[in-house]
Amino acid sequence: MASDLFNSFMNGPDERGRFGQFGGRFVSETLMPLILELEAEYEKARTDPSFRAEMDHLWKHYVGRPSPLYFAERLSEHLGGAKIYLKRDELNHTGAHKINNVLGQILLARRMGKSRIIAETGAGQHGVATATVCARFGLKCVIYMGAHDVERQSPNVFRMRLLGAEVIPVTSGRGTLKDAMNDALRDWVTNVRDTFYCIGTVAGPHPYPAMVRDFQSIIGKEAKAQMLEAEGRLPDTVIAAIGGGSNAMGLFHPFLDDESVRIIGVEAGGKGVDEKMQHCASLTGGRPGVLHGNRTYLLQDDDGQILEGFSISAGLDYPGIGPEHAWLHETGRAEYVAITDSEALEAFQLCCEKEGIIPALEPSHALAHVMKIAPDLPKDHLICMNMCGRGDKDIFTVARHLDFDIDTGA
Amino acid sequence: MTRIASRFAALKAEGKKAFVAYVMAGDPDYDTSMEIVRGLPEAGVDLIELGIPFTDPMADGPTIQLAGQRALEAGQTLEKTLQMAREFRAGDDETPIVLMGYYNPIFNRGVERFLAEAREAGVDGLIVVDLPPEEDEELCLPAQAAGIDFIRLATPTTDDARLPKVMQNTSGFVYYVSITGITGAAAAQSADVAPEVARIKAHTELPVVVGFGIRTAQAAQEIASVADGAVVGSAIVSLIGEGRRPAEVLAFVRELAAGAHRG
Repeated sequence: MASDLFNSFMNGPDERGRFGQFGGRFVSETLMPLILELEAEYEKARTDPSFRAEMDHLWKHYVGRPSPLYFAERLSEHLGGAKIYLKRDELNHTGAHKINNVLGQILLARRMGKSRIIAETGAGQHGVATATVCARFGLKCVIYMGAHDVERQSPNVFRMRLLGAEVIPVTSGRGTLKDAMNDALRDWVTNVRDTFYCIGTVAGPHPYPAMVRDFQSIIGKEAKAQMLEAEGRLPDTVIAAIGGGSNAMGLFHPFLDDESVRIIGVEAGGKGVDEKMQHCASLTGGRPGVLHGNRTYLLQDDDGQILEGFSISAGLDYPGIGPEHAWLHETGRAEYVAITDSEALEAFQLCCEKEGIIPALEPSHALAHVMKIAPDLPKDHLICMNMCGRGDKDIFTVARHLDFDIDTGA
Repeated sequence: MTRIASRFAALKAEGKKAFVAYVMAGDPDYDTSMEIVRGLPEAGVDLIELGIPFTDPMADGPTIQLAGQRALEAGQTLEKTLQMAREFRAGDDETPIVLMGYYNPIFNRGVERFLAEAREAGVDGLIVVDLPPEEDEELCLPAQAAGIDFIRLATPTTDDARLPKVMQNTSGFVYYVSITGITGAAAAQSADVAPEVARIKAHTELPVVVGFGIRTAQAAQEIASVADGAVVGSAIVSLIGEGRRPAEVLAFVRELAAGAHRG
């Protein structure tokens, strides 16, 4: 464990919200005073034992933490190499890791006296988590969701409505996740005084990337302790899927200074990372730019116009990535790979068959990479993969790809 | 003296307020847009804001966003936007041009290269919405070193404690955003704007123009009367969006300019 502050990977960001050249606060002046206020309030909350205690209580009794670290015996046997552990964050209330962060931000919003919560959502998982916690605390909740996603994720739209949230289909731009984020920022600019913007990933202006990471780090802290308990040592490899990158950052962060631990982030390769750009692999197929308040790797054209991501998984469908990932990529501390839609689908099915776990399409990407590397690794190599969400929301998409008619059952 | 400083000095000498018009470069296409921009000074525009199209204009309302989409679909690029400035400048050496947009297209082109090209094209100032003073090293300071003004937005959320920071590296003029909101949204009342302009003027010698939510000649007059000038964007851009001919667009601009000049 590196104790030298200057050689630690865990001290970012700096006071300007930078991880190396990435991150920052690229927002309009209207939002800037709010961002500064948020930063100050978060700093106070972070060091306040009562805030921590309230989080811990809700994590335990409302979310169901800690989530198990599960040895996937049949999967490990099938692949014939490394010993594979799954961090079961799909067992959380609402079925994904998203609620870890939402809970933290909503408690912070309450401290700040904000009465109205807004959020963007892609697949709907962050929207459902936000609507859930807002219902729990009696807060007004407005969710921005791309019109295209509203259509393909209608069960989640219904869930959010049941939970009392207003879901606004976003038609501006191309009606996707990034447009939902634009519209959420527009709402925030317009309703600055009473509104809290609950961002769902480790992106956006400082302090969001650090704050969301901190809330999600519970995943990695638990996994570390659980692995020590199960195996008496740290994992050799930790691996997670990345859209914006919050579940991955949450798993990775507590391991950043453990030099022996190999860290792998898996991006959505869509139909393949090539010049056709039908993917959302920002690190493997993009380059640095500025969007949504931070500098990071982005999918963009020669003129600096932002391109649409493409993935079978709506949760990975974002043309950017959290700035800390961009930095870990450039410093080489973490490696980033891409997995295609069809590889993810194969992993999805294997997980159902071998482990009796229906994974979300997002962690299916991570699992697909595990399938690639595990067979060649020794039997005592410990892999810890974040099973960050369950697949109930994805059965319609998967059925379509497997030519199963979900309406007739044939 | 820069073109922006000369223009404000001349207006002050005449006792007139400034009328600033915003149009999106390349909307609905390069030639039509060029024709409109060329006609602006004759229609009474004192200073031109030329929008740089961007796919994700998060501080703008639907009117400006759609204009950007039209321009991009018609093939507009930052290079062509600089070309528009250059062509305009060839026929008019006095009317200041300010490019307004978001940072990514500029960052993507390379700050140094962009500034050299902008200077050569006769661009006088920049308004980059997503660069607050906290990020001054990115573009604001290099732009000023290259002789291009960096015009800052001040907003109703910019409190007195923060104003000096916002004014510190501002040059050319100050653009006061009269509402908390996006472009093209609800109008501000001149009664609310007047004390805000006074508040800003306590922190700067620069002219203060007011924009966001001004849609009519009457509103331009009222707002201009309590500031150094008024900016109109969305109302002009929506006419272009309706497919009106340049002559019709310019006729509307003329009304607005007359309003602001009465203020």
